[in-house]
Order: sequence, then C-alpha cells, then structure tokens
Amino acid sequence: MSAHVTDKPLLTVEHLTMRFGGLVAIDDVSFQALDREITAIIGPNGAGKTTVFNCLTGFYKPTVGRLTLHHPSKGDFLLERMEGFDIPQHARVARTFQNIRLFPAMSVLENLIVAQHNDLMRASGYTFYGLIGLKGYKRAEERAVDRARHWLDRIGLTKQADWNAGNLSYGDQRRLEIARAMCTQPVLLCLDEPAAGLNPRESADLNKLLLAIREDEGIGVLLIEHHMDVVMGISDHIVVLDYGRKISDGTPEFVRNDTAVIRAYLGEEEEEELPPEVAKDLKPN
Amino acid sequence: MGYFLQQLINGATLGMIYGLIAIGYTMVYGIIGMINFAHGEIFMIGAFISIITFLTLGLVGMGWVPLALLVMLLTTMLLTSVYGWALERLAYRPLRHSPRLAALITAIGMSIFLQNYVQLVQGARVKPMQPLISGGFRLLKGGDFVVNLSYLQILIILLTVVLMIVFTLMINRTAFGRAQRACQQDLGMAALIGVDVDRTISLTFVTGATLASVAGLMFLLNYGVIDFYIGFLAGIKAFTAAVLGGIGSLPGAMLGGLLIGLIESFWSAYFTVEYKDVAAYTILVLVLIFRPTGLLGKPDIEKV
Repeated sequence: MSAHVTDKPLLTVEHLTMRFGGLVAIDDVSFQALDREITAIIGPNGAGKTTVFNCLTGFYKPTVGRLTLHHPSKGDFLLERMEGFDIPQHARVARTFQNIRLFPAMSVLENLIVAQHNDLMRASGYTFYGLIGLKGYKRAEERAVDRARHWLDRIGLTKQADWNAGNLSYGDQRRLEIARAMCTQPVLLCLDEPAAGLNPRESADLNKLLLAIREDEGIGVLLIEHHMDVVMGISDHIVVLDYGRKISDGTPEFVRNDTAVIRAYLGEEEEEELPPEVAKDLKPN
Repeated sequence: MGYFLQQLINGATLGMIYGLIAIGYTMVYGIIGMINFAHGEIFMIGAFISIITFLTLGLVGMGWVPLALLVMLLTTMLLTSVYGWALERLAYRPLRHSPRLAALITAIGMSIFLQNYVQLVQGARVKPMQPLISGGFRLLKGGDFVVNLSYLQILIILLTVVLMIVFTLMINRTAFGRAQRACQQDLGMAALIGVDVDRTISLTFVTGATLASVAGLMFLLNYGVIDFYIGFLAGIKAFTAAVLGGIGSLPGAMLGGLLIGLIESFWSAYFTVEYKDVAAYTILVLVLIFRPTGLLGKPDIEKV
C-alpha cells in the first residue's frame, strides 16, 4: 500500500511540552500527522504517549507548545486554546481510552446516538420540539439512528443493539468505543491502545476495521499501541517517544532499523556508548 | 377501614409533593455528585411565586379558578426555574472543580441566604390563602366516619402523574435526556463526544427547580399557609425520600417520596402527630444502616 496517499498535514504538533510540577512528561516534541494516514505513537511505558493524547483532547493544557488541527473544510483550530467539549464538536477530534469508557448503563445503540448529541440538540430546539415530536426533530433522529445502525453493521453488533453496553464482551466493547468515536464524525481519530487485551483474531479484525476507516472515511488516525504487529502492520508513519522526547520519526521500515529505537526498547550493553542526552536521563539522581 | 383509607389518600397526596421535590435532589446528585441543600428553598420560592401570582390575579380581577390555577402554575414554573438556573450559575459552577466539601458548604450557605432573602423581602409572618378548590367526593361512609377524596387531592395526584410521564419521556426519549444520562455515567467522556456538560448541568437544575415549583404550588393549595421556613423541613423530608428510594435513581425518588408521605400520615393517624418527623428520620437511619444504596439504587462500583 502506498505510504503517502496525500501529503496534506492534518495535525501539526510544535514544541509540545507538558510539566507536572518538577516532572517533565513531554519535552519539546514536534511531529505531523497527515490526512488519510495512520500515524502510530509508540514508546516504552511512561514515555508520554497518553499525555500527548490528553493535550490533544483538552484534558490537559500544555505547558508550552502549539497543537494545530488543519480541518479539511473549516480551517485551522488551535487545540490548546479550546475548551474540552469544543474539540470534538468543532475541531472534530475524537478519542478512545486505554481503559474502556462506554456508558455502561445505556444500550449499545444509545451509546452511538448520544455521540451525535449536538446535531440532535440543535434539531430538537434544545429539547422542546423533541417532547412534542416535531417533524424536523424526528428526521434528525432518524438520521442519527441510521448512522448508528451503519456503524453497528460495520462492527458486527447489530444483534446486540438493545443490550446494555456494559454486558458486551471486552473485544466488542473496544469496537463499540471506536464506533462511538466515529459517530461524532471526526476528522482525526485518536485511539489509545485499541488492541490491548484482544486475542489475535480480535486484533486482526481491529486492523481490518482501522484500515477500512482510513480508506472509506478518509480521515486521519492517531494510534498509541504496544502490539508491534498492529503498529507495523497498519501504520503509514511512526513517531517514537522515550522519556518524553521524540527519538525517531518515519516510516515503519525506517523506525524498525533506527538504532535509537532499538536502544530504547532493548537497552544498551555498554553505557559509555549512549548518546549524552539519553545517558543523562538514565543516570539515577 | 374508612380511617385507613382516608390516611392512605392523605399520605399519597403528601407523598406526591415530596416526590416532586426529591427528583431535584436525586438528579443533581446523579450528575455532579452533590447534595443541593438549597433545593428546599427553591420549593419555598415556588410557593411564594404562586401566592404572589394569585394575589396579582385577584388585583386585576380574574376570578375564574381553572384559569387562575393555570396562570399560577405556568408563572411559578417559569420564574422558579430561573432561580434554579441562577443558583447553579452563580453559586455552584465556579466551584465545579473544587473539593466536594466546598460545594456542600456553599449549598448550605445558599439555603440560608435564600431563606433570609425571602424573609427580608416578604416578611416573617405566615402568608395565608383562602382555599381555591373546595369540595370533593364522599367515597365511603362507615358508621360516623366519612372518607373524603377532595378535588384538590385529585388535582395534585393527576398533575404529578402527568408531570412524571412528561419527565420520563424527556429523560428516555430526547437528546437532552440522553445527554443527561450520559453525563450521569461519565462526565468526562460525555464532554469528549461533544456533549456540552455545563449546559446539561444547567438544564438539570432548571428541570429540578421546575418540578419543585409545582410542588410549592401544591403545598400552598393543600395547606393554605406558607412562610419563608417551609423549605427547610420539606427539603429535608424530600432528601430523605431521595435517599430512601436510592439517590441517583429517578423512579426511586418518586417511590421514596410516596413512602415518606405514607409513613408520616399513618404515623400521625395511629401514633402521635408530634413524632411524625421522628418516624420519617428513623426510616432514613434504618435504610442507611441496612440498605445504604436505597430501595432502587444501584451499588456504587468504584471505577478503575
């Protein structure tokens, strides 16, 4: 498959730094994610991957740095300046979590409909038309149900539409979470370890789903993952973090052979050979 | 038998009023995990707005009872919901990210503030109102005891049932209701799929205040006297009802209200009127000991 379908950047991260008191979780990281590409962020535990996501989705305000989302039709958004709920609504960035966060007491279908809340809220005139069952609202709701059904079909959960989301199996919950994120109609989908805890078959299904999302929906995907077969199998571009710094950035082939990456993952036999900035980090204070 | 039936009717009527207030407690607790102790005062303000509207209507010479009732109902719902909205906007939203204790103390402070505000503006004396609706059905005549079901009691019960149906439809069928339930389950995640959490919380306060204002109107019609202090006791009773039914559960709040109303009315009928409040609180203590999640509440599972 071609590595670069388009060269249009979707997300530009510049000099992102996040400090928590004295702890530097991310230190001057810059990278770009292109439209219609799967960009993976990898790195050992504690490298700051999830912190990048939290900055992108408004959970944290970065200490330093600029996060620009280049929306294909609505222009640029500076994510670090936006309120948490504005980011999915206007900049159209969606995310999933390492630990699944569905609405467990709502039905599978409702989980997908509530993700289209803003369209429905506008159509329902902030609830009142909805109560008296006005036509415009009914049509908007039908559209929302259609989209939800379409995604249920794609993840193969149509039969379980009326189940409580909390009763689904682990793998199904993961796919439902991705479907819910897609129902917000994002231009950038951020997935935090979507393959964690999946068996090899579920993991292969996930790969297929993610590739299909990239092809059919034409959006960018940002992926944090530890499973190297997933990462190497589907990403177009990989960013490697270690101790909050970017140590490598390129195609899967490039990253796989990068000595800095091998060193970060496997360690070094002789400490003298470490580059000074890595050695400084490793030395106990 | 007749005596029992009469207490059942009285208790159910009272229970409807408690239930309507209890829903406000339970909704707010469900969404932001805070007990809004000023909610009883919102109920009291609802009653005051009702009597002010009634007196204004009397001044302009509108005496037709059904129309007067309708105007009172709509006015108090509208104006009280503004109080509910303002309460959240001014007192609670700035404290959204502070420790829970700060919000709790603020709620108690707002309760005292609203009581004193009404006392100052409306005076401390009780406000009487002549009965608007009189008469009723004689259901049963057993010996020298007559069981009455007044028109007012029918109105209270019917109005509550209608409100409950509308309210249930709103929570289950509309976009706001879905967002409300989503926020209740995971506030952060709701924001991430684009739900405006602040607006949903505001609307929750508005809904709670609207229902409480109707309870205020019913209280005024039922008892005929109000003062600035009625919100305290009614608020605590409704809170008890919410806990009894399972705080966070909407059907639980209504059930709890009904039970508290019945307990109070039967206790006053068969034991002593003086100790009816003690009876209600004893139930609260027993529920908290033996079933801390309430009758319909779900155990709170710690999220990992």
